Parts: sequence; structure tokens; C-alpha cells
Amino acid sequence: MTDLVIRNGHLIDPAAGVDAPKDILIKDGRVAEIASPGKLKSANGAEVLDATGLTVAPGLIDIHVHLREPGQGYKETIATGTAAAAAGGFTSVAAMPNTNPVNDSPEITRWMLAPERNAAIRVFPIGAATRGSKGEALNDFAALKSAGAVAVTDDGHPILKDGIMRETLAAAARVGLSVIQHAEDTRMTQGCSMNAGPMAFKLGLRGMPPEAESSLVERDIRLVTELRDARVHLHVAHTSTAAAVAAVRQARRNGLRVTCEVAPHHFLLTEDHVGLYSTNAKMNPPLRSAADRDAMIEGILDGVVDAIATDHAPHAVHEKEVEFEHAPNGITGLETALGLSLRWLHREWKMPLGRVLSLLSGQPATLLGLKGRGTLAAGSFADVVIFDPKAEWTYRAADTRSKSRNTPFDGWTMQGKVRYTISEGRIVYTSA
Amino acid sequence: MNATVAPARRQLHPPPVAPSPFPYNPGSLLSVQDLTLDGISHILTRATALETMDPLERARILAKRRVALLFYESSTRTRTSFELASKSLGADTTLVSSLSSSIEKGETLKDTGLTLRALGAEAIILRHSSSGAPWLLEASTHLPVLNAGDGMHEHPTQALLDLRTILQHLRPGLTTVAADTLAGVTITIVGDILHSRVARSNILLLPRLGAQVVLCGPKELLPELAATAGPGIAIERDFEAALRQSQVVMMLRIQAERLAGLQLDLEQYKSSYQLTGQRLAALAPAAVVMHPGPIIRGLELTAGVADGPQSAILEQVRNGVAIRMAVVERALTTNGARA
Repeated sequence: MTDLVIRNGHLIDPAAGVDAPKDILIKDGRVAEIASPGKLKSANGAEVLDATGLTVAPGLIDIHVHLREPGQGYKETIATGTAAAAAGGFTSVAAMPNTNPVNDSPEITRWMLAPERNAAIRVFPIGAATRGSKGEALNDFAALKSAGAVAVTDDGHPILKDGIMRETLAAAARVGLSVIQHAEDTRMTQGCSMNAGPMAFKLGLRGMPPEAESSLVERDIRLVTELRDARVHLHVAHTSTAAAVAAVRQARRNGLRVTCEVAPHHFLLTEDHVGLYSTNAKMNPPLRSAADRDAMIEGILDGVVDAIATDHAPHAVHEKEVEFEHAPNGITGLETALGLSLRWLHREWKMPLGRVLSLLSGQPATLLGLKGRGTLAAGSFADVVIFDPKAEWTYRAADTRSKSRNTPFDGWTMQGKVRYTISEGRIVYTSA
Repeated sequence: MNATVAPARRQLHPPPVAPSPFPYNPGSLLSVQDLTLDGISHILTRATALETMDPLERARILAKRRVALLFYESSTRTRTSFELASKSLGADTTLVSSLSSSIEKGETLKDTGLTLRALGAEAIILRHSSSGAPWLLEASTHLPVLNAGDGMHEHPTQALLDLRTILQHLRPGLTTVAADTLAGVTITIVGDILHSRVARSNILLLPRLGAQVVLCGPKELLPELAATAGPGIAIERDFEAALRQSQVVMMLRIQAERLAGLQLDLEQYKSSYQLTGQRLAALAPAAVVMHPGPIIRGLELTAGVADGPQSAILEQVRNGVAIRMAVVERALTTNGARA
């Protein structure tokens, strides 16, 4: 691998406390040296990448994506999903286990990590917490971890039973894994296809009450409290309700290791965006009320939210072109997360650029314990995103690198154009 | 757990909702909300004109035009009246029902719609068990789509024929409407509001003409947020209090097929909400009694009330043909369909 020098860019690395013009030398997939412009000591012979006028930051990390392999390659493959991720500035993604078969074994975890998958960037599998994600019998977390899993979850489904969730939290803690909960009390959401409220009533659709999410978050926090084990880490996936964010806020005040993520669609859109049955506005958890959406924004701005995660959930066109209640849940998100976050969190709601980037990289790396990622401090993996922070552009779903184009953000204005994505020293994405 | 919402620290200006692309075809009738008051007046006026027109002359209006009836749910009144209405105008009709077609084999609504279009259908009348299905069909085919009832959502022609029935009783001779046409009129809709597309279309239509709509029923069948569906809607849980103020009482069937596990004590329901001859005579002796059908005698209303002098139930059925003639005519004679 040739050495690479990134010159004249403005480095923002919140984890390392850097926000200044810097040159970066990359050797053997790692950051070898960071120096003021023109001051690198050992850059001779390296390939030079001119980042004048561009922001250089640790590659983005999405801790919640569905890459659909094994089993549903017509929706997405690890190759296409990670190509879309690279185009979105991501250098690491954590892949949810609701594949077919469910990733509940070391064999499947290793299959996902095999070079034959042609991942463009680093993939971190998340193992299923229970056998087949059925919520009944725990998997062997130590074996999953040694195969490469970075957390456990039954995402797509909740771990509903108190006893099983308690065991999951305790067993994961013993091997140093986080438990990611898809917080949905499915006893309240049978046959539902959007948020419960005036819009669901008007559209004649059965609605999921916000309590279906918040009550399970509250239950889980109670279990964490009862376990009295500082190693226990509960992470709430795709948080969408004000009450759930409030519960996480309170848990943190109580000193518990409880974290949460919010997806761009939940801090931008509401149930009104369902419009007249737009299936690209159907996901689970659903788009909520304006008050819930505002609470997501406030939670991000005030710091209780630990990460922005896309819940990238590709589906084939024909699967979404059906009656709303029969359409599968989920939207793609890897190519739009940075552009939407900069356009709205940074520009509209004045969140400092470094804090936005931290939510998309440093904090998720810490959250899942991804060592050497989420920062560009010397010695770290050379996972880099280089983008033009001022550039505005229009997202076109037709141009996606994903296999799917189920996004409500087609035609939306994005801010911040990714110019280069570098994964462990290799340039994996370039745009003009 | 204290679960209060953090107070908003700033004025947020989140992304707006994009304007609706519907209807793609101006001949479509997907929702009563797609109609202006002039549009409603036009339909009412044409209904009367078509009803009284010489049948042979009428049959020339849509002579040999092709109308497909696509029915994913059983129906007597709606299907027959749409079919008779279309035929009265001279159109050829074909019925595709989910139980005797490729739908059984797994064909999607989109593909069925495209197939009907390729077969020469110029308009599709759709009855479907999923809310929103007509929007999907219209977006897929860009044909005029007439919503003949979608899930729990809307049944616009039912609301229009209900309006015609109400006008015949309370505003005889009137076929044009304005924002005050039904000012001072209270219309009570009773029963299974939650699962009713008839209720949703009526509560979106009647207040626009100045009517006060009162919804009446138990909490399981009438959630509080029904009152937020639009202006001019109130909830009154006490049936007798509601009856006392009503000029029109619209009774609804309990939709057992949509209860989705909801347990309901029918005896309790009858004692609270059944329209009996006694209640009617005591509390609303002049009110018009309506019901979209099918009626379940002895449940939401007694046989005596259904057959009684205040009942307009069969007039509603009759008005269905007139209204649907006007709506089918509109579908096939409105120009300017977007490609």
C-alpha cells in the first residue's frame, strides 16, 4: 500500500480535540503523523491528496444498518451496502443480524466478514441476542464476540420477556458486549403501520402508540438498575419518542450506562410526511408527532443522544409499491445522513460542525468500543472522510450505490459533499 | 420514571411536507377532500339531471366506454349501483373480484391495474380492504380511479349520496351547496366510527357545508382523537343526549371483520347505543334515520326503526345510483389527465 498524504485540509477530530488546518500522513492503513500544513516530517514519496478548502474528519460510523446478507441479496449485498456507505462518507458500519438466516452464530458472523463479500469499508457484525431472534434462548455471546460481533440485539424485534432481557444484559456484560434493544412492546403494535395519532385516524390506519417504545425503554432501564453491574451497557436503537429520550436522560443522571441513537428521519420528519400513504415514509419505529420529532432534535442538541445512526433498511422497489399496510418497514439512509445532518443540525439548528461529526463518528466508536476508530490521532486506523462543508447538492435516489432506493429524501437538498472516503488507507470513494 | 418532554429551547423550523401529487387524473375521486364545493354541486346537479333523463339518451353519454370494477371486498350496494350507474350511461363494465381472478394467485394491485388498463379500461372503480389502496392504483395507472371504499379510510360516493339524501329531506330541491347550506343542522353518527370509512368521508364532507357533526359511541369504537379529524366535529358519548339535538341520525354497523381482537359486550352496546322506536319517538321524533348498510337488524337499530317512517335507508340506496352516475360521468368526461 502506498503512503498517502492529505494536504491543506481543515482537520476536525473532536475525539482528539483538533479543529485546525493539518496535513495527515497515512502509512500501512494507519495515521502515521499529523502536522501543521507543510510540516510533515516523512512524507516523501507518498501519494498526495489535495484537500484545500475541504474538511477532513474521522470516517463516519453507522452503528445501525441492514446489509441484507446473508439471504436477501436482491435488496442489498454487503458489497452494495458498503459502497453506498462509502459514498455517504462512512468507513465503518455495524450490521444488524436480522438476515436470513439470522446472524445468531459465529459461522454466519465470519461469513459476513469474509473477503468474498467485497465490503468497501469495515463491517462490524452485530450478533443476534437470542436464537433466531425469537426472544427465547440466549446465544453464545463469547463465541459471537470472538467471531467478530461487536454487540448483540434482536433488532427488528424486541427482547420482550423480562427474564430473557435481564439474562441478555447480564450475559453480554460478562463478555463485554453492549445490548442494543429494538424498543417496541409488540403487544401494543399488532397490525399497526404508522404512529398512533390524528394522522393514523384520518388515514384509517392502525397506529403504534409512543408508549410501545417508551414503556419498553423504561422496563429495560429498570432491569439495568436492578442488575447493579457497571459493565452492563444498554443501547436504545432508533429512539423516536420524547418519553424514551426522557427516560434515557434520567437513566444517565442516575449514573447508568444507557445510551441511545436517533435516525435522521426521526429528527427531521413527522407522521405528516406519510402524506397519502407514501411507503417510503413507513418504517419501524414510525415517524412520530411533531412534539416527538422536536424532542429528538433537542436530545441531539443537549447531548443525551449519543449517536446518529441511519437504520439503513433497503427494500426492493416492488416490495414498497404495495398497499401501505403491507409494505415492509424501512428506508435507506447511508448516502443522506451526512448531508441531512449538516443541512439541518449544523446549518439550521446551529450545532457546531465538530459536534455533528462526533455524533457520526467519535461517539458511536466509543459506544461500541471500536478501538482506533472515530479519531485520526496518530496510530489510529486511517478511516477518513473528506468533504466540502459548504457545497449544496440534491440527492437523487436513482443515482444510489445501494441496490435499493426506498428513501423519502429523494430530491432533497443536502449540505456537505463527500469528496473522498478513505478506509484504512485506501481511497474507496471519490467524487468530482 | 419521569417522562416529561424537555422544553423547546428554540424555534425550530423543520423541513416542510411536500405538496401532494394526487390526484394524477382529474377524473379520479379518491377522497371527498379532493372536491371543491363547486365540484360537489356539479355532481349533485348532474345526479339529478341524469336520474331524470331519458334512458336512451342517457345511454349515449358513455356509449361503449370501458369501466372496470375491481373489488377486493364483498359488496352489494356499492358494486351493484356503480355497475348499474355505468351501464345506464352506456358504458361497458367488467367486474374483477379478488376471489375469481389472478389476485388469488398473488398478483399485486399495481399489476392488476396495469393489466386492466392494457385491456382497455378507461376508469377503475376500486373497493379494497387496505386503506390507501386507491392512491396506489391511481399512481400506478394514472387512470381515473373511483374510490368505492378503502379499508377504514374513505368512501366518498357514500358521503355524496348521504349528502343528497340529507338535502332531499332538509333542503328539498337544492342541488348546489355552499359553506352554509347545512348551517344549524346537527348530524349524529353513531357506533363503530373507528373502523368506518363512511364516517370518515362524512366527517370530512358535512362540516364543509356548515353542518355540526356529532360522533357518538363507546371509547373502543370512537377514540377521542376522532374529534381532531377536522373542524365541526364533536364527541357525545351519551346517545340520548346526542339524539336530542339531531336532525339526522346516521347509524353504523359494528364491523366485526375489522375489530382485530377487540372484545365488545354486544348487550351492553345495544342497551347504550341501539336506535329503538322508543328512543326515536321520545328524543328525535322528526329526525331522518340513515344507515349506509348493510344493516344488522336488532343490533345497531331495531327492525321497526329500519322499516319505519323516519327511515331513509332505501332512499340512500336509490341515491347511490344517481350519485354514481354523476361520478362515473365525471371520471370519463373530465379532461386534462396528466400523463
